[in-house]
Amino acid sequence: MGKLIVSPSPHDRGLMKTPQIMLNVVIALLPAVIASCIIFGLRALLLTAVCVASCVIFEYICRRLMKRDNTICDFSAVVTGVLLALNLPVTLPVWMAVIGSFVAIVIVKQLFGGLGQNFANPAITARIVLMVSFPTAMTNWAVPFYYKESAADAVTGATPLVSGDASYLDLFLGKTGGCLGETCALALLAGGLYLAARRIISLAAPVSFIGSLAILTAVSGGDPLYAILSGGVFIGAFFMATDYATTPITTKGRIIFGLGCGIVTFIIRTFGSYPEGVSFAILLMNILTPYIDQLTRNKVFGAKEAAKNEG
Amino acid sequence: MMKKLSGLKLDHRKNTQNAATVEFPLPSKVTIPMAMNMGTPCNPTVKVGDEVKVGQKIGDTDAFFSVPVHSGVSGKVTALTDYLSANGAVCKAVEIETDGLQTISDEVKIPEITDKESFLKAVRESGSCGLGGAGFPTHIKLNPKTAIDVLVINAAECEPYITADYREMIENSEDVIGGIRLVMKWLGIPKAKLAIESNKPEAISNFSSMTSGDDSIEVVTLPSSYPQGAEKVIIYNTTGRIVKEGELPSDAGVMVLNVSTASFLYRYTQTGMPLVTRRLTVDGDAVGKPMNLCAVIGTSFREILEYCETDVDSVKKLIGGGPMMGMSLRSADMPVVKTTNALLALKKYKEPVTTACIRCGRCVRVCPLGMMPADIERAYKIRNIDELKALKVTLCMNCGSCTYVCPSNRKLAETNQLAKMLIPRK
Repeated sequence: MGKLIVSPSPHDRGLMKTPQIMLNVVIALLPAVIASCIIFGLRALLLTAVCVASCVIFEYICRRLMKRDNTICDFSAVVTGVLLALNLPVTLPVWMAVIGSFVAIVIVKQLFGGLGQNFANPAITARIVLMVSFPTAMTNWAVPFYYKESAADAVTGATPLVSGDASYLDLFLGKTGGCLGETCALALLAGGLYLAARRIISLAAPVSFIGSLAILTAVSGGDPLYAILSGGVFIGAFFMATDYATTPITTKGRIIFGLGCGIVTFIIRTFGSYPEGVSFAILLMNILTPYIDQLTRNKVFGAKEAAKNEG
Repeated sequence: MMKKLSGLKLDHRKNTQNAATVEFPLPSKVTIPMAMNMGTPCNPTVKVGDEVKVGQKIGDTDAFFSVPVHSGVSGKVTALTDYLSANGAVCKAVEIETDGLQTISDEVKIPEITDKESFLKAVRESGSCGLGGAGFPTHIKLNPKTAIDVLVINAAECEPYITADYREMIENSEDVIGGIRLVMKWLGIPKAKLAIESNKPEAISNFSSMTSGDDSIEVVTLPSSYPQGAEKVIIYNTTGRIVKEGELPSDAGVMVLNVSTASFLYRYTQTGMPLVTRRLTVDGDAVGKPMNLCAVIGTSFREILEYCETDVDSVKKLIGGGPMMGMSLRSADMPVVKTTNALLALKKYKEPVTTACIRCGRCVRVCPLGMMPADIERAYKIRNIDELKALKVTLCMNCGSCTYVCPSNRKLAETNQLAKMLIPRK
């Protein structure tokens, strides 16, 4: 008889593993990628491919240099790459996208310890770094279907947040200016609901994020539907505010996180000099996550309150 | 009714639920350990060369927290050996060569029970301990310091594969009800709740009709989720009472008894035959013919596996008990003990590779007690004892749900047990 494996219980494991979770997120992002190709043409696909490839390569090199296990097979770098691409304008030069991937994977993720240890969302931080570094290129919004025009130069225009004149249907289908992935609310909603149905994300943060933004906008006399459909609200709420590593772990914490995102987004949009505040709102709440986690711990069943002066 | 504590949806794999219990043929030799339950190990009361008979006591001790050991075979004691149990404890074991006659000992006689005291004495002499797997001495459980008003009979059998308790309920349903009435009568408990998971509809309808005229026994249907059979969970889900940190079920006025234990107690009072055999489910992908067996305590697992057409050489992992809380065995040459409710032989088993925690929160969501294994793991790594205390790690019952759901294969339940050891006991 061969040697028996002796290890502590349990001796059985569930089927949902990290690579499966990441692959499911990629699947959920596919509608948004396809929508971006339809709206902004094949260059959207090129940008996505560059981001994914550079993220995976940076992850591989970084892990090699740090003499750690190779983690590209968990597909988390692919998710970061797709998310980053969806946060870029279609006209962005490719080399800038590569810089974005470097910031996301090397600086934000691996330097802090890799998957699960990063305190801020890699894709969103990369977007902010690019936005601050290359403000013109990052706000060069191509109009939808510009690639069908005969003119050699891309026709650019304002995002609906600035212009304020897009129709609800155009906003919902994404026929407006903006980043690759943030325009088509329909595709993002489909992806988010898919993840929720697979029980990969909880809807606590997205609902409280979108809900609080809508309510605040309505109270302040704005158009709540327009506010949530324009800008990066849907991609932020469904794919960034539900990131495991950088958002709270309990449902209560996630609701607080979403409320915070909604409130900060509203404040930046209303009083700030930037037209859009979703990225900053999520980054700010990422930083508050450890404190939210501390304050929203579960009460253990049957536990007694610790006696004072104990220990 | 209040919201029931949630749990983990597991693949039930109750392949043997319709497999009627098969009497395992008498082995030529048995090895009976002196420690098969929680508490002090017994000292052998027989010597090498002694003749023993079925039901004869072969081990006992004066210690309070202990249960005597009896022989299930007639034959000759061939050796007193040192036995290393599955949990790493060492005790004596009595090896008996069987003579095949199975002569019943004179010691086997129907106990005379007149009051609570004589009942508890008889329970100890029966050699009974919790048959669900934990092996808590029954006579101690039946004698709590505080008054009990509800007896909960644990028939959840929430672990995958195991159907030993279920077969007891189907094959010996009269004994189950008899055992419940017996305990209620002598301990003066007015109410009993027989708690069965909803995946055993036959048992539920059977017992419901058997107790239809008796208001004191209620059949409670539990959701089919793991770990319904955990003591705190079953108490809450049947009575709504919460067993607080550091307290016992009896402090909440509840006593929980495994269904097979109750059934055995009844049989003992009818026949006087102590606990010398037990039913176990033999299953797993290496087992050719999964079945329920009734084996004499001390029978070698190897003989049982061969009887169930198992290629013993192909087995990668052998588990005494269920896949969630069972004990990983280091060898097939170990005996059936009082708490062996299942023997699982797996050949496709591979030890999973642990990767980084992605903070998904699945462990937090699945914990039946609302604990936070991911945070406990972090606190354990840096040996933050105050934090571990605040996270109430000592309440972990090691049900294994957190490890089961972890997408990174982290050994969270194991870490919880290690973390408990860091906390000084008062």
